[in-house]
Amino acid sequence: MITKKEINELKKMACTMRMDVVHMGPRSGNVPHVGPAFSCADIVSALYFHFMNVRPEDPHWEDRDRFVISKGHGALCVYSALAHRGFFSVDELWKIKQVGAILQGHPDMKKIPGIDATTGSLGNGMSFALGIAAAMNLGKKSGKVYCLLGDGEAQEGIVWEAAMYAGAKKLDNFITILDYNHQQGSGVVDDIIDMEPLKDCWKKFGWRVLEINGNCMEEVCSALEMAQVFHGGPTLIVAHTIKGKGVSFMEDNNDWHSKMVNEEEYKTAIAELEAQYKSLEEEAV
Amino acid sequence: MKFELEKRTSRDIYGDLMLDLAREDEKVVGVTGDSQMMMRMTKMAKEFPNRVFNVGIAEQNAMNMAAGMAATGYKPFVAGFAPFMTMRACEQLRTFICYPNLNVNVIGGMGGLSASTEGVTHMGLEDIGITRSFPNMIVTAPADGESAYVIGRALYEHVGPTYMKIFKGAVYKVFDRNTYKFEIGKANLMREGTDVTIIANGPMVALSLEACDILAGQGVNARLLEMPCVKPIDREAIIAAAKETGLIVTAEDHQIYCGLGSAVTEVVCDEYPVRVVRMGVKDTFAESGDHYELLEKYGLGTDSIVKTVLDAVQNKK
Repeated sequence: MITKKEINELKKMACTMRMDVVHMGPRSGNVPHVGPAFSCADIVSALYFHFMNVRPEDPHWEDRDRFVISKGHGALCVYSALAHRGFFSVDELWKIKQVGAILQGHPDMKKIPGIDATTGSLGNGMSFALGIAAAMNLGKKSGKVYCLLGDGEAQEGIVWEAAMYAGAKKLDNFITILDYNHQQGSGVVDDIIDMEPLKDCWKKFGWRVLEINGNCMEEVCSALEMAQVFHGGPTLIVAHTIKGKGVSFMEDNNDWHSKMVNEEEYKTAIAELEAQYKSLEEEAV
Repeated sequence: MKFELEKRTSRDIYGDLMLDLAREDEKVVGVTGDSQMMMRMTKMAKEFPNRVFNVGIAEQNAMNMAAGMAATGYKPFVAGFAPFMTMRACEQLRTFICYPNLNVNVIGGMGGLSASTEGVTHMGLEDIGITRSFPNMIVTAPADGESAYVIGRALYEHVGPTYMKIFKGAVYKVFDRNTYKFEIGKANLMREGTDVTIIANGPMVALSLEACDILAGQGVNARLLEMPCVKPIDREAIIAAAKETGLIVTAEDHQIYCGLGSAVTEVVCDEYPVRVVRMGVKDTFAESGDHYELLEKYGLGTDSIVKTVLDAVQNKK
């Protein structure tokens, strides 16, 4: 059972990751995907700093847990997590997307230590992750495969091919977390193609479905604890999140899908996140 | 020289290969989008039921799952019909197998016009062009089932993404798996000659051998190169052919664009420009029918090769 102190640490790390993502734009000179990284920062923090068994000194260790960010454009917080976990230097974060840098616009498993799957073309990461899960199952590996799926990308047909297969084959080492922030590139998911039958459909495919507030660390950890011990089929954690979560003017504002902060926005965003961090430190005392 | 059809199809022979490889190496797995029976992986599935993954009629998922398996240390063979492997699952092959340079072997059945009675939907006439455009890819088009066995084994030994195009029905037997030699990036010299070089692969190898005999009777001394590996292509053999024979005719069971003829022309243009006449399906969709009848109808029969070569030799400067 995760302790309050550990949860506080995970919250602080999510806050650090969000600050890193804000810094990445001005420091690298390249426009970052801010909103998509913020909605899943709490989930990524919990995975890399509590739940996942990985070895930064041996990124290809075959018994490790795997993480695939199928919504590859949300990877900036993963890059931050990997840097703080020790897979590469934090300085790399400030060179993101530059020529010669290891950190690519979307995750590249050959260039970036700790990235388990190349992703970015939406929908495909889940199917790739499923292949890893099937292979680990065949090799009787005890590790889990965690896949972070965007709600918009769940409109892709291949996601449903993967969902049907995982359920039918009862792959209980496969845990998919739906980052349900209700925003996609051109607007609100619910207006474009409402994903709402998804939970019922996947239940019928053989998935166990949990539903949480994906920006509440206590709920994220509790769901991941349950998913880890569940046997008999794959688990879907429907994580209700807010795109841009953590910075007031970015929250639920799709303009921040991919945008560079100006000087004032930069100062405000960092000030808000520093205040949150400070308050978490005080809470810990 | 007259050829007889192989007694078994290249798909049957591919099935033998999979069973042999599965017995030799526990990391070999098969992945299919419900083509397990059509691609003859049933024997492997019977002996190793856990190692053949039939994902249902979902080729994109099959391709990406194979990528995930390769990323976990397995050696997947994804098998299906050529158009579905290279077009339905095109992006998965490019972005999730070739980009991360994963060790996945893709087998395209129904290559070229061999889909025959199935018709245009099942014909793989663009597969070589598509797969050739992806970095890291090895692209092959065997002449028959026997050589496909040898090539498939070489592709298994190669670490990285590969494509091999095989046929639906039996094709003319040219080679024997016990004596056939294959090396990635190397052509096989089938006939020595000085007037012209025919460069062929797939079923066009047998037909070109027949054509060489007829041409010899008419005083034309044709060199024949079997080019089973289109990528990387044997630049040395092509440059030597250009220099020594001054005229090249390519022949392939594929659209005339982007395949073997294009690959040969690129090398010739880069290195030693001589005339190259390309034979392939001429920018048209074909139709249902017997494989060899279709080859004839679409200008790829033995007589067409003879005529094309004679015309080219007569017009040779």
